[in-house]
Amino acid sequence: MAMTEPEILAGLGEIVDEVAGVPADQVTPEKSFVDDLDIDSLSMVEIAVAAQDKFGVEIPDDQLKNLKTVQDVVNYVRTAEVSA
Amino acid sequence: MLMRLAEGAAGARILAFGGYQPARVLTNDELATTIDTSDEWIRSRVGIASRRIAGPDESLPDMATAAGGKAVAASGLSPADIDLVIVATCTPEAPIPNTAATVASRLGIAAPGAFDLNAACAGFCYALAAASDAVRAGSARNVLVIGAEKLSQWVDWTDRSTAIIFADGAGAAVVGPVTDPDEGAGIGPVVWGSDGGMADKIAIKDRDSFIVQEGQAVFRWATTALHPVAKLACERAGVDPAELAAFVPHQANLRIIEAIARKIGAPQARVADDIVTAGNTSSASIPLALSKMIERGEIGSGAAVLLLGFGAGICYAGQVITVP
Repeated sequence: MAMTEPEILAGLGEIVDEVAGVPADQVTPEKSFVDDLDIDSLSMVEIAVAAQDKFGVEIPDDQLKNLKTVQDVVNYVRTAEVSA
Repeated sequence: MLMRLAEGAAGARILAFGGYQPARVLTNDELATTIDTSDEWIRSRVGIASRRIAGPDESLPDMATAAGGKAVAASGLSPADIDLVIVATCTPEAPIPNTAATVASRLGIAAPGAFDLNAACAGFCYALAAASDAVRAGSARNVLVIGAEKLSQWVDWTDRSTAIIFADGAGAAVVGPVTDPDEGAGIGPVVWGSDGGMADKIAIKDRDSFIVQEGQAVFRWATTALHPVAKLACERAGVDPAELAAFVPHQANLRIIEAIARKIGAPQARVADDIVTAGNTSSASIPLALSKMIERGEIGSGAAVLLLGFGAGICYAGQVITVP
């Protein structure tokens, strides 16, 4: 069953906390991973891998580079879930 | 006709380690004077503070001989006791002659079997498995296994994605038979594999090319595909990861090392971090790191240690060993 947007956001917050040590409550939709949350490209890969485990949605490297904000990832997961 | 087969040993073990690093230290700050990078950036992305680079007249066989000589001396054997020499390297001076025969000759090892093996950064674990199997099959009694690399000659020193990572060095181990029947095998079953479909992710494409690496793709592969290999190597050796005294993976990138270590579940294991001052020395990194940990007394005799090599090919291999 597809997850709701708040559910994806909460799950993503847990992942970012675990991977990069950024508190989950700071992981809000408008935040940029690089500019606001200080997350580098390798941590983004770790986030993508963890997101795959959690949401069952694969985010390949060539897609990952387009996902700049938290909202971008939430949208990507929602779209992928619908099409799957 | 019934052919007679060689009689081997019941098990193989490591008798001693040895390591060698060139004297020249290349710091991040020094690299930052010629390429667009910084100490902070390198430390946070790959975990390296400084690396060692071979001198202009220092060859691959020079480094391999230095490490191999130390391991033979520490093993208590004489060169005459060694009957097989394996050098794992992906940076030989030339396609022929191989490195192993030259090194054996320089160490005074007379007429041993001698071959080079290329499994890139997994090379030492492959060579250790080959040595263990040779001792068990009776093809050799005592084997000198060396991992040696001179990656500096294949690095484009203007390419900041690779110049910050790769380095030079050598590490060695002497492998011999288990002689005490009460003593278990010192080298556990190898778990090895490859994926040629990822061949272009880390490559030196021809003799005029430098080493290239798709860092992000390699990082993703290493942090997702390797912990099951590591766990299987423990399982096949009958060792619970919780019992491991140390985890010594290829020193590729500190963040890869830490990610794999977290996923293996070995809370007691000291995790090798030699990359901080040695850089990525490919096939040399595991024996180099291990020899230093043993020298510093960080892991005691008889302790179980998990080795895990991985890199270009893609090739990977892991096994559990006990410390000599």
